[in-house]
Amino acid sequence: MGLPVAIIGSGNIGTDLMYKLGRSDKLDLVALIGIDPASDGLARARALGYEAPANGIDWVSENPDAVKIVFDATSAYVHVRHAKVLAELGITAVDLTPAARGPKVIPPVNLMEHLDAPNVNMVTCGGQATTPMVAAVSRVTRVPYAEMVSTVSSKSAGPGTRQNIDEFTRTTSKALEEIGGAEIGKAIIILNPAEPPILMRNTVFCGLPEGTDHDAVRESVISMVADVAAYVPGYRLKQEPVIEEGPFNTPGGVVPHRVVILLEVEGAGDYLPTYAGNLDIMTAAAVRVGEAIATHQEVTA
Amino acid sequence: MTAIATDAPARDFRLIDSTLRDGSHAISHQYEVPQVEAIVRGLDAAGVQVIEVAHGDGLGGSSFNYGFSKVSELELVEAAVNATTNAQIACLLVPGIGTVDDLRRVRDLGVGVARIAVHCTEADITEQHIKIAKDLGMEAIGFLMMAHMNTPEGLLQQAQLLVSYGADTIYIADSAGALTTNEVRARVAEIVGGINIPLGVHAHQNLQLAVANSIAAYEEGARNLDGTSAGLGAGAGNCPTEILAAVCEKNGINSGVDPLALMDVAEEITRPLMPRAQVVDRAGLLLGYAGVYGSFLLHAQKAAERYGVSQADILLELGARKAVGGQEDMIIDVAVELARKHAAAEVTS
Repeated sequence: MGLPVAIIGSGNIGTDLMYKLGRSDKLDLVALIGIDPASDGLARARALGYEAPANGIDWVSENPDAVKIVFDATSAYVHVRHAKVLAELGITAVDLTPAARGPKVIPPVNLMEHLDAPNVNMVTCGGQATTPMVAAVSRVTRVPYAEMVSTVSSKSAGPGTRQNIDEFTRTTSKALEEIGGAEIGKAIIILNPAEPPILMRNTVFCGLPEGTDHDAVRESVISMVADVAAYVPGYRLKQEPVIEEGPFNTPGGVVPHRVVILLEVEGAGDYLPTYAGNLDIMTAAAVRVGEAIATHQEVTA
Repeated sequence: MTAIATDAPARDFRLIDSTLRDGSHAISHQYEVPQVEAIVRGLDAAGVQVIEVAHGDGLGGSSFNYGFSKVSELELVEAAVNATTNAQIACLLVPGIGTVDDLRRVRDLGVGVARIAVHCTEADITEQHIKIAKDLGMEAIGFLMMAHMNTPEGLLQQAQLLVSYGADTIYIADSAGALTTNEVRARVAEIVGGINIPLGVHAHQNLQLAVANSIAAYEEGARNLDGTSAGLGAGAGNCPTEILAAVCEKNGINSGVDPLALMDVAEEITRPLMPRAQVVDRAGLLLGYAGVYGSFLLHAQKAAERYGVSQADILLELGARKAVGGQEDMIIDVAVELARKHAAAEVTS
């Protein structure tokens, strides 16, 4: 018997998360909660035998003892309101929007640090894909400036992402600094409408100061890629990490070299097809966090 | 800012000069304050109404991916605002690269026009930015890039979305310089027939059609045209404003700008700062031919040198992969892959 949980938000991310939670032995999905009874996500939830209410956060208020964790896959603006309700009910919120009310969690970097927090934030899909790479570089050298460019297929970017594009760049660049360890971070997101849709791609650039051990940077990156791939099987290097010679006039100062890390993420194809690796990396990380919270509560209970 | 002398005959269209934004690509974003001041004074005196200033990839574009600005764009914008007498200063913002915080900063410096640029199928990511530009009291121009990648009907739908967010003017940008004159006519006619606000066209020179396409756009009802001094800009360059003004005069179209004054600016200020002639060489033509984003040109040249592969091969592969504006990181990916393939071919042969 796992810890009872619910998902709020029946769009792309919430529906994909439903399939992944269905495979977890530490978490028991009770309900996928939406606001539109006709949504595809709720229809799928009903077909799988989950509760599929369409009254949003009210369902949680009306059933306060039904779940211990709520995964919020709505939007940044909506989560701000949900966060308050969940806090009052004493239910842990795992926030998959870029609202960033609680501490940010990137599983291979700081999974164990915030297991008692009432609200944890999953940053953004691009943040989940690239922060581990910046952390991999910053554990072997100082990173005065890091930058990520995330390209996702237009089809995989739902209305929440589209209305929240500034929140994506703000939250992701903060994660590169706070969790990745870069002194200054910058995030860029591009939507590509090509057909057939492209796989999610991420490029990470880190400025490397004089005297950096380039082999140590490469090795650290390759080892961190394996750590992420352990829970997102489609996460991989598109090319070996390359070190390019500058100088580069970054906002963190002039550096002689940069490392360029080219990544792609193929999804598991749970809800959207495999091109939508941006969904997988968020939902897989959220499951990882939920399971860690469940284990932690078992131990401390 | 004062109005234009009232005895001047009404202009037939509005010219927006982008030498200090799109032109920034051609000099790898190395503008300095004195150059900005000289160009703004020259354009302003020639009668240009709107002068756009920003990193080539818009506000916030200074980065590893697009190249770091030599001087902060805010300093350049401030210099432009101080140097102008009549012309308005505009900024371009690409959502996903810059944010509304950048708009607020330039509004505080005195920028009156915000161009919100987006790939021509993704207009719905601009709602936030257009609304905030309007709230800040700016003119908001919705700017659809890579217009060759959408149909006339598809562009009209995207334009209507921008109108619904509150845009004052719509632009279509031939960012790859890939449109023929007939394709421009079809797009402009379709959009003008379906919206009730002005339309503009931003043309590039990769097929050597920038001036002809701009004139055709005017004939179909476009009432804003973009250009740059001496054509300075991404790819093989933009529509050269001094040529556009000269052709307009010969066609009896009142551009409101003085062709002779613009020729002086092009010859005496812009050309001396150009690192390379703005011509349709093989790489430039390939952009238009293969439909590749113009600002990839110099990045592809650098990657070709770094990895010992052909710039032309890189550009063709980017076209085949349907890369859109902003995906400069793909250039490194393609170059590394081409280098690996060459190495493998040498081993097996």
